Amino acid sequence: MAFNRIGFSTLKYLNMPNITSGAAIVGPVEGKGPLGKYFDIVLDDDLWGEKSWEKAESKMFETAVKLTLEKANKKATDVQMLVGGDLLNQIISANFAARTLQIPFLGLFGACSTMAESLLVGSMIVDGGYADDVVCATCSHFSTAERQFRFPLELGSQKSPTAQRTVTGAGATLLSKTGNGPKIKYGTVGTVIDLGIKDAGNMGAAMAPAAVHTITAHLRDLNRTPDEYDLIVTGDLGALGSDIVRDLIKEQGITLGSNYTDCGCEIFSKEQDTHCGGSGCGCSASVLNTFILKRMREGVLKKVLFVATGALLSPTSSQQGESIPGVAHALTIECD
Amino acid sequence: MNYFNVFLIGGAICVVGQILIDKTTLTSARILVIFVTAGVILSALGLYKPLVDFAGAGATVPLTGFGHSLAQGAIEAAKSSGVLGAFTGGTKAAAGGIAAAIFFGYLNAVLFNPKTKK
Amino acid sequence: MNSNIGQKEKQKEYQKYVQQKMPKSHIVTNCAKAFVGGGLICMLGQAISDFATNYYQLAKPDAASFTAIVLVFLGATLTGLGVYDDLGKFFGAGTIVPITGFANSIVSPAMEFKREGYVLGIGAKLFIIAGPVLVYGISSSILVGLISYMFVR
Repeated sequence: MAFNRIGFSTLKYLNMPNITSGAAIVGPVEGKGPLGKYFDIVLDDDLWGEKSWEKAESKMFETAVKLTLEKANKKATDVQMLVGGDLLNQIISANFAARTLQIPFLGLFGACSTMAESLLVGSMIVDGGYADDVVCATCSHFSTAERQFRFPLELGSQKSPTAQRTVTGAGATLLSKTGNGPKIKYGTVGTVIDLGIKDAGNMGAAMAPAAVHTITAHLRDLNRTPDEYDLIVTGDLGALGSDIVRDLIKEQGITLGSNYTDCGCEIFSKEQDTHCGGSGCGCSASVLNTFILKRMREGVLKKVLFVATGALLSPTSSQQGESIPGVAHALTIECD
Repeated sequence: MNYFNVFLIGGAICVVGQILIDKTTLTSARILVIFVTAGVILSALGLYKPLVDFAGAGATVPLTGFGHSLAQGAIEAAKSSGVLGAFTGGTKAAAGGIAAAIFFGYLNAVLFNPKTKK
Repeated sequence: MNSNIGQKEKQKEYQKYVQQKMPKSHIVTNCAKAFVGGGLICMLGQAISDFATNYYQLAKPDAASFTAIVLVFLGATLTGLGVYDDLGKFFGAGTIVPITGFANSIVSPAMEFKREGYVLGIGAKLFIIAGPVLVYGISSSILVGLISYMFVR
């Protein structure tokens, strides 16, 4: 029996990796949202002087990593590993950024759950003594996701009311063996759950059951209640998905109070007409690495459960009429 | 042509499309395919011609009208030149629209770039 | 086996729950917008057609081709200028169903994939939506032509 494992799926990080710094870059629309003032860089133009949006996305990933290191007064040569991914086929944004950064790299794909997945893996690396400093990063871009998963930008089609807008954003976190920042204490690895939702325009409903599964598993494993946390935040379920989570989790006898929210609901305002809110790896990554970390440093938040959710579909699977499996990974971030 | 009829029928055909969009998860590509095929079938059954007589462009401008001209072209050419006509007639009748779509489509794609949505 | 059936039941129940929980489209407003948008485009088409018959003295089939070409030109250009998708967002099927929407469905993917080159980018992607329309439209018209040749003579 592994000694640093609790219950069904929870990991206990005995050495509690330290969050040394975090940074995020977002696009112009996200910059105009309610959290706009927290982000480190808000782009005026999401092409960012590049030839394609894919190149711009990769540059955002790379710059987010550099910014995070800068904040900790470190250089790329000071960290031993980079962990991360993105939404595009063969995670090209992350892979191409890693080519420039030249930090030993592990590429991950967990769709929009990649930020939490990276932090889970990154924490294991630091906790296990395989590295002193690890950067975890993810990114997503509205225009690249739109063409890969949906329609050409100029096609005159209407979005369904359950649709969400992919966040143009990149976020990176530096995890270190020591330090006086917030610590990652526990991680809960998600199980892939599929309740048969096929509509790619309704990702919130597709991912919500996975989030419920992970949150209940986490609470059960640690024998905790939701109100022990100052904040429980899911990644990108949006308005409908987070409502479903509240409903479904009540059936398990757990009530989520006002300390529960969703990054997809926070990042855009109602007036921005994004239907159910934001989505994409960059959504939870940018909110966690700026807004939430800042609140933790200020002492407003002491105990946070971060649950990033991912819809594990591909254009091929959705064209072939397959349903959309969801996954959610959770982490507790705590200040001493 | 009575412009009120044009507006009425043109609008009504689009409302059918809107109901399909809102009530199903059909993408716009599928809706266009349904409309053009429906136009061909309705026209072959002789049901579309009266609509064109009544509403002119109100019936020919929606994609069902594109199907109608394909079908009418094929039927008429089949009458005059047999099997060969059945193959060439439809495309001939709709050639203007198809050629223009390819030509102007190419031109615009070369000239312009897509913009991110705000 | 039993758990399989249980899972199916659970899925069905969840899908039903999501169906009723889902925010609904404002179908009445959407239909009104589609009606007005589609009606206006058709009126424009009629004006072009009347102009062609009265001013250029074109015969009926030529006037129809003329109208189609002009509308396609307008749809394609408005797409290039980045206006058509905004119209589409507002009018919905009112701008998708008319032939201008067909032009939009050709230009938008071609523009989008220009980075992939002039042959496999623009040239191939021009047809991702329009291709199926032509395939089904032309094929069914050939069938109709053949049937009428065999039976209706």
